[in-house]
Amino acid sequence: MIYREAGQFKHTYASDQAIFPIAQDRWIMLGLLVAAFCVPLVATEYWLQAVLIPFLVYSLAALGLNLLTGYAGQLSLGTGGFMAVGAYSAFKLATAFPSLPIIVVFLLAGLAAALVGLLFGVPSLRIKGFYLAVATLASQFFLVWLFNKVAWFTNYASSGTITAPPRTVLGVMVTGPEATAGVRYVVALALVMAFALIAKNLVRGRVGRCWMAIRDRDIAAEIIGIRPLRTKLLAFSVSSFYCGVAGAALVFLYYGSAETLAFDINLSFLVLFMVIIGGLGSILGSFLGAAFIVLVPIFLTNAPEAVGLGLPVALQKQLELMVFGGLIVFLLIVEPHGLARLWQISKEKLRLWPFPY
Amino acid sequence: MLEAVFLSPFKDMLGAPGFLVEVLIGGLAAGLMYSLVALGFVLIFKASGVFNFAQGVMVLFAALTLVGLMERGVPVVLGLLLTMVVMIALAFAIERVVLRPLVNQEYIILFMATIGLSFFLEGFGELLWGSNVKKLDVGIPDTSFMVRGVQVNKLEITAALTAAVLVTILAVFFQKTRIGRALRAVADDHEAALSIGIPLKTIWVVVWSVAGLVALVAGIMWGAKSGVQFSLSLIALKALPVLILGGFTSVPGAIVGGVIIGVGEKLGEVYWGPLVGGAIENWFAYVLALVFLLFRPQGLFGERIIERV
Repeated sequence: MIYREAGQFKHTYASDQAIFPIAQDRWIMLGLLVAAFCVPLVATEYWLQAVLIPFLVYSLAALGLNLLTGYAGQLSLGTGGFMAVGAYSAFKLATAFPSLPIIVVFLLAGLAAALVGLLFGVPSLRIKGFYLAVATLASQFFLVWLFNKVAWFTNYASSGTITAPPRTVLGVMVTGPEATAGVRYVVALALVMAFALIAKNLVRGRVGRCWMAIRDRDIAAEIIGIRPLRTKLLAFSVSSFYCGVAGAALVFLYYGSAETLAFDINLSFLVLFMVIIGGLGSILGSFLGAAFIVLVPIFLTNAPEAVGLGLPVALQKQLELMVFGGLIVFLLIVEPHGLARLWQISKEKLRLWPFPY
Repeated sequence: MLEAVFLSPFKDMLGAPGFLVEVLIGGLAAGLMYSLVALGFVLIFKASGVFNFAQGVMVLFAALTLVGLMERGVPVVLGLLLTMVVMIALAFAIERVVLRPLVNQEYIILFMATIGLSFFLEGFGELLWGSNVKKLDVGIPDTSFMVRGVQVNKLEITAALTAAVLVTILAVFFQKTRIGRALRAVADDHEAALSIGIPLKTIWVVVWSVAGLVALVAGIMWGAKSGVQFSLSLIALKALPVLILGGFTSVPGAIVGGVIIGVGEKLGEVYWGPLVGGAIENWFAYVLALVFLLFRPQGLFGERIIERV
C-alpha cells in the first residue's frame, strides 16, 4: 500500500507467519472489524436486510465453494443442494430440540451437510473435470427433490416451507420474525468472521497445501505421498460444512422462511459466479465476489430509475439479464483471475507509488 | 419392500408387453430429442474444448427467432433461412467477442464465460421477440397413430428421423469434407493443427455455426413439442447426463447416450417412480449416468483419458 513496511523486522517465526505481517494492515483490519460490528447503529433496515446480510451469507457459501473448487480443484455444481441440507437439518434440529442453542444448531447442520458432501464426494475419486461437475449436479437435483418430496423434513407443513423458529442468544432474539435485522447481521458477521479465520488458517497449513497439490496435478501429488482419497473427501466435507452453515444462515438469518425453490440450480451457479469473479483460490476473493454479485443486481435494478428512465418491468428484467451476462464475460476477459487478483495488482502498484522503479 | 423394488416392476413389464413397448418407444423418442441438444455440446467441446453451457439458450434463441419471424408473416422456408443466417452471425460474434480474448484460458473460465453468454442471450432473445409462450407450427402434426395396437406419436417419429439424418450429415461432413478434416485435426491437437496452417479462428466460427444450426433443429423439434418459452433453455440440463454418459467427445455417444437416458428415464418413471412418490425425472438421468461413469470415467464412447505427470 501507500505506506511502507520499512523498519518492521521479523524476529520470530510467529511474526513471519502472521496473516497480516505489516502493522498498518493489522490496524486497518482491526478498524474495519470494529466498524463492521458498529454498522447496525447507523445502517437502515433496508441496507441490512437487502445488502449486508445476503452479502455475509453468500460470502460464507462462496468461502465453502472456494475451498473445494479454488483450492482443491474439484469443480462442483452441487452447492445449492448442500446448502439445502444445512438449512433443512438446522430446521429439523431447532424444532425437535427447542433447548439446543442456535449456534450449536448451525454447527450440527454444517456437520450434517459435511456428511452428505462426503457421500457425494466419493465419485470424485474416479471422475474428474467436467464429468465431475455434471455428476455433482446429480446431488443438486436429488437433494432438492428429496426435501420437496419427503414431508418429514418440513414437519409436514402443508405449504412445504420451513420457517426459522424464534431463538435467543444471551437473551437477545436472533432468529424468527421478531429478531431485528441488526441482531441478525451481527450474528451473521460473527459466524462469517470465525469461519473465514478458520478457512484462512486451513489453506495456509498442511491441509490446504495438500489440496493445492491435488489441484495442480493430482498424479504428481499422489506420487509425493498425498493420499487423494483422504484429501479430496476432506475437501468435499469441509466445503459442504461451510455451505451447510451458509444454508442454515440463509434461512435463519436472511429469508426467515424458505422452500426448496430457494436452493435450486440457480443458487449453485450464483455461488460459483462469486467464486470465479472474486478469484479462485483466494479467501478475500470469496468476499469480493459475493459483494459484486449481491450489489450488481441491486444497482442494475435501481440505476434506470436514478437517471430518470422509467422502463417497463419486462424490458427492465431483460436488460438486467443482458447487462449481467455481458458484465461477467467482460470481467472474465479483463481479469480471468478475479477481483482478488486486481486488488493484489493495485496493492503492488500502490506500494511503489509514486516511484515505480 | 425388496419385492416391490426387484420383482413387481418386471412382473408388470411382462404382464403388459404392449404397454412396455409403448414406454420403450416413448423413451427412445425422448432420448433422441435429448441427443439433438447434446450433439451441439459435443461439437463445440470436440473442436474447442469449451463446455458450452449456452447451448440450451442457443436452442431457445433459435426457436424464438424462427417463431418471431413467422409471427411477422415470413414464410416457413424463408424464416428457416433467415434464422440460419442469424445463428451463423451469432457464431461470428461469439468467436470475436468471447472466445478470441479468452483463448488459452483455463477451462473453468471459458465455462463461466458461456454461462455469462447464456444470461446475455436469454435477455437478448426475450428483448427481441417477447417472453410470452409461443406456438411453433412448422407443419409437423403432434398426433398419434396405432401400429399393431401400440401408440406412436408422429412428432416423435419425425424427431427420431431428423436426428438420424442430422447425424449422418454430420458424420459425412466430419469424415469427407476438407473443413471436416480440419475440424478433426483441431480437435486432436490445437497446436499441431495450427502449425500445419489450419486457421483456428475460422474453425471455431464454423463449429459454433454448426452447433447453432443443430440448436435450430433441436429448437424446432422441442418447440413443436412443448411450445417456445423460457423453459426450453432448461433442456440443456436434460442433455448433460446424456453428454457424460456418451462421452463429451463422441457424436455417436451423444445418440446412444440419449437413447439410454431416454429409455432408462421412462422405465424408471413408469415402473419405479411410484415407489418413491414420482417426479424423479429431474435426477434419475443423472444418477443413471453417474453409475455408468463409475465404471467408465470417460463415458461410453469418450476418448480414453490418458494422464501424464
